[in-house]
Amino acid sequence: MSSPDFRIALAGNPNCGKTALFNALTGSRQKVGNYPGVTVERVEGSTQTKSGLHIKLLDLPGTYSLDAQTPDELITQEVLLGLRNEEPRPTAVIAVADATNLERTLGLVLEIQALGIPMILALNMMDLARSRGSIIDLEVLSASLGIPIVPTVATRSEGLEPLLQRLEELHLRNELDQGNRLDQEETKDFPWVRSSPQVIRERFAKIDEILHRSIKKAPSPMVWTDRIDYLVLHPVWGTLLLAGILALLFQTIFTWASIPMDWIENGIGALGGLIRNQMVDGPLRSLLVDGVIGGVGSMLIFLPQILFLFLFLLILEDSGYMARAAFLMDRLMGKFGLHGRAFIPLLSSFACSIPGIMATRTIENRRDRLITILISPLITCSARLPVYSLLIAAFIPNHVLWGPFRLQGTVMFLLYLSGIVAALLVAVFLKKSVFPGPTPPLMLELPTYKWPSVHNILHGLVERASIFVRRAGTVILGLSIVLWFLASYPKAPSSLEIPARPEITYSYAGQIGHALEPLVRPIGFNWQIAIALIPGFAARETMIGALGTVYALEDKDSGVHELLASQISKSWSVATGMSLLVWYILSCQCASTLAVTRRETNSWKWPGVMLGYMTALAYAASFIVYNLLRYWGYG
Amino acid sequence: MRPMGLGEIPTGSFAQIVSIEGDAGRLLLMGLLEGALVQVVHQAPFGGDPIAVRVRGTLIALRRGEANFVKVVPHVVA
Ligand SMILES: Nc1nc2c(ncn2[C@@H]2O[C@H](COP(=O)(O)OP(=O)(O)O)[C@@H](O)[C@H]2O)c(=O)[nH]1
Ligand SMILES: [Mg+2]
Repeated sequence: MSSPDFRIALAGNPNCGKTALFNALTGSRQKVGNYPGVTVERVEGSTQTKSGLHIKLLDLPGTYSLDAQTPDELITQEVLLGLRNEEPRPTAVIAVADATNLERTLGLVLEIQALGIPMILALNMMDLARSRGSIIDLEVLSASLGIPIVPTVATRSEGLEPLLQRLEELHLRNELDQGNRLDQEETKDFPWVRSSPQVIRERFAKIDEILHRSIKKAPSPMVWTDRIDYLVLHPVWGTLLLAGILALLFQTIFTWASIPMDWIENGIGALGGLIRNQMVDGPLRSLLVDGVIGGVGSMLIFLPQILFLFLFLLILEDSGYMARAAFLMDRLMGKFGLHGRAFIPLLSSFACSIPGIMATRTIENRRDRLITILISPLITCSARLPVYSLLIAAFIPNHVLWGPFRLQGTVMFLLYLSGIVAALLVAVFLKKSVFPGPTPPLMLELPTYKWPSVHNILHGLVERASIFVRRAGTVILGLSIVLWFLASYPKAPSSLEIPARPEITYSYAGQIGHALEPLVRPIGFNWQIAIALIPGFAARETMIGALGTVYALEDKDSGVHELLASQISKSWSVATGMSLLVWYILSCQCASTLAVTRRETNSWKWPGVMLGYMTALAYAASFIVYNLLRYWGYG
Repeated sequence: MRPMGLGEIPTGSFAQIVSIEGDAGRLLLMGLLEGALVQVVHQAPFGGDPIAVRVRGTLIALRRGEANFVKVVPHVVA
């Protein structure tokens, strides 16, 4: 019967529809992970043929050549050569090619063929090739390449049956071969030589020769893509359009997403209330309500924002716009030592630096990528929003400045702007000092525009959501419990009937807060703030709850926010409030960001650097702001 | 005619590649080969850099500095 180890790798150029084909073949039977030792995503899935043959599929990173230039390409090369220890060499390869662009796509096919791995060519995007009037003689093409060809339309799941059929045939032949050469050890150390310019030229010449014979009619030019590009890449209109898209993105994240966010918040509040009512007061109830629901809940509230953000990003990516955004922004980003591709990750960081840092995977150059990762937590994420709102409500009067603009809203905008400016300045500094060196090439294909595939986008959304929820259920859950423990124990000594001070001040968090106080006094923080910073480290916005606890405010259904705002506006000076705002712009108050940085860079060094430089920066800036304001009489 | 850098020809014009200088690997892999016909189709805002060129049926974005490794002669479309 079927051996469990029929492993197939999918290889192809970027944008040839590899992921779409992979999704069509495997459905939801997928596992997303990382290749050990590098920060390249590894996607594995499985499928079954009609006759029950079990197939393991591996979606390799897209590449133009096996000449590895980037970490992604290196993975493709190493896997196909069988050089990665954890990854057995695939039994066969499905090369995915864009039927509308065979001139470019066949180079990789020829390279893989030279490795001697059995191969099937999936000629994808046949619908587009046909509608552009292209006529390909598949038999001639197959014969001249010496590879079986299956035409497919991945987004409509067309051609999957014949593809699986071919795989079955391959499998049969493979089993026979195995039987024939029982004692012949497979040679693992394939001598890999980088293609010389001459070899590349010859390869292209061979492709031209093959295509000359097999293409009866070339596809007509991409009229629509050209027309759209004259607008989208126009120096003026293109820039305005990009600005419009950004405005829409912000509108979505901050206005529309707030509706489902309110639902989740209410749901979580109701759940907490339910448990509070149903359970007797005690450590378990406190753990569930304050620790688990408080911590994980405050994270889950951001799920709609993250989903909206990724919906946007996936549509932009799938339609072909994303590469254009990088093109438009490359020069501007370059002024700050950043790559054009850093634009999107930094944009994502407005929602949350976790997806932002995850999105840096598209930046090929390691130094560029590290710079982008290191500055992305400086971009104001949505978790800072509740804290900003609180402090603004407490300290900034809301009078009208001009027309629809009020002082509070303007200050909010300035806070966002400060985050951006800080990020760019740090990028310049890093590029000049820590990561000097020549700017890596841009070199980026601008793919033809396509209607985003609903299936692909839903698939991507579910994947991102599950990564996020899983993290909320693991890292954040663990941290929340630890921080709850620190904030709850030891209890106030029972000899006191009514504790003289709020309960939390007796706890470890309280003790740490008091110990920290001398350290933060120069920047204007009192011990209440110092205590609240500790749970705030798990997730920024939990600081609000902690402040509520420190000031012993009763958690009445809604009013905590208003109560807290009036409480702190009475007990803190303006200088203290502003200093805390500045601290929140610049400091790395987010354990999850550090965790994801650790995962993406595969070392503790970079999260260490991130925490260190951001804390130093925040401290210095808060110190300056606090003392200036005191000098001006706001102390 | 004396060859010039691909980054130096005006947007919209066609050219034929005569040689590739420097570390040619990546440029070659993207299809920028001797003899190929290229067109500079777009230029980015903020100083007209990078540019988008069409070669072998695809649109490729590259910075002018990188493009100048590709030496071309202007091609007059008949
Ligand atoms: N019309 C059409 N579009 C496709 C086909 N396969 C993929 N696409 C689209 O092509 C784009 C790139 O596909 P994707 O799977 O992300 O490519 P990858 O970069 O190779 O993984 C997406 O917009 C897909 O929806 C196809 O067979 N026909
Ligand atoms: Mg893909």
